[in-house]
Amino acid sequence: MVLQALAFYVFAFVVMASAAMVVVSRNPVYSVLFLILAFFNAAALFLLIGAEFIAMILIIVYVGAVAVLFLFVVMMLDINLAKLREGFLKYLPVGAMIGFVLFLEILFGLGVLGGNSTSLAGIGQAMPQVIAIDNTRAIGRVLYTQYFYLFQVAGLVLLVAMIGAIVLTLRRRPGLRRQRISEQLYRPKDEAVTVVKVPTRGGV
Amino acid sequence: MTIGLDHYLFVAAVLFTLGILGIFLNRKNVIVILMCVELMLLAVNINLVAFSVFQGNIVGQIFAMLVLTVAAAEAAIGLAILVVYFRIRGTIEVEDINAMKG
Repeated sequence: MVLQALAFYVFAFVVMASAAMVVVSRNPVYSVLFLILAFFNAAALFLLIGAEFIAMILIIVYVGAVAVLFLFVVMMLDINLAKLREGFLKYLPVGAMIGFVLFLEILFGLGVLGGNSTSLAGIGQAMPQVIAIDNTRAIGRVLYTQYFYLFQVAGLVLLVAMIGAIVLTLRRRPGLRRQRISEQLYRPKDEAVTVVKVPTRGGV
Repeated sequence: MTIGLDHYLFVAAVLFTLGILGIFLNRKNVIVILMCVELMLLAVNINLVAFSVFQGNIVGQIFAMLVLTVAAAEAAIGLAILVVYFRIRGTIEVEDINAMKG
C-alpha cells in the first residue's frame, strides 16, 4: 500500500511538472516532448488505479498518433520562435489570476476547501472495487452491446476527421505532370500507333 | 497513506488549470494552444476514469474512450487547418487571425 502511494505521488508529480513545462517551455518541440511525458505518466496513473485498457489506449492514441502529429507539424512549419514568445509576460498576470481563481473554484467544488462536500462523501473513501472479470473484458461487454451505436458513431467521427484532414491539406500544384490513367486507357488506336511504310534500302 | 478519489481529482484539477493557463499565456502560438486543449481533455479523462473506478461503474471508462476519439479527431483537423493557414499566411500567430472581424 505504501509502495502504491509512493508510485502515485511520483507519477502525479511528473504529470503536473511536465504539464507545466508544456506551457512555459520556449521551444514548441520541447513542449511536444513534455506532452508525451505527461501522457505516459497519466497512463501510469490509470494503470495504478486499475484501468488498464484506457491506459494502453492512451499510450497508443496520444503518444503514437497525436503527439507524433504535433511533432511533425511543429517541425514542418518554419516558425519564428522569438516572435511567438512576445506576449508571454504581458499575459502572465491576468492568466495567472484567472487560473488561480479557477483552481480555487474547482477545489471548492470538490470540497477540499470549505469543508463538507456531500456529493463526494460516499465515494471518496471507498477503495477501488475488485471486479471479478478483467478490465478489458468488462469494457468490451458493455461497449459492444449497450453502447454499440455510440461506438459506431465514434468510428464515423474518426472517418470524418480523416477525410477532412486530407481534403484540407491536399493541394494540386499547377504545372505538375501526373499520370491520367483514364485518358491513357481511352486513347484510340489511330492516335497511338502510326504504320509507316519503310522503302527497301531507304530507311525511315 | 491510502490513495483515494480526492488525489486523482486534485491531479486532474491541476492539469485542467495548467491547460487554461497555457491558453492564456501562449496567445501567439496555435500549436501550444492545441497542446493545452489536449492537456485539458486529459484532465477530463482522469476525472472520468477515477470516478468510474471508485464507483465501480465501467461506463465512465467508455465515455473516456469517446473523449479520446474526439480529442484525436480534433487534433487532426486542428493541425490540418493550421497547415493550410500557414501555407496561405506564412505565420501562425493567433492575434493576426482577425480577417473576419468576429
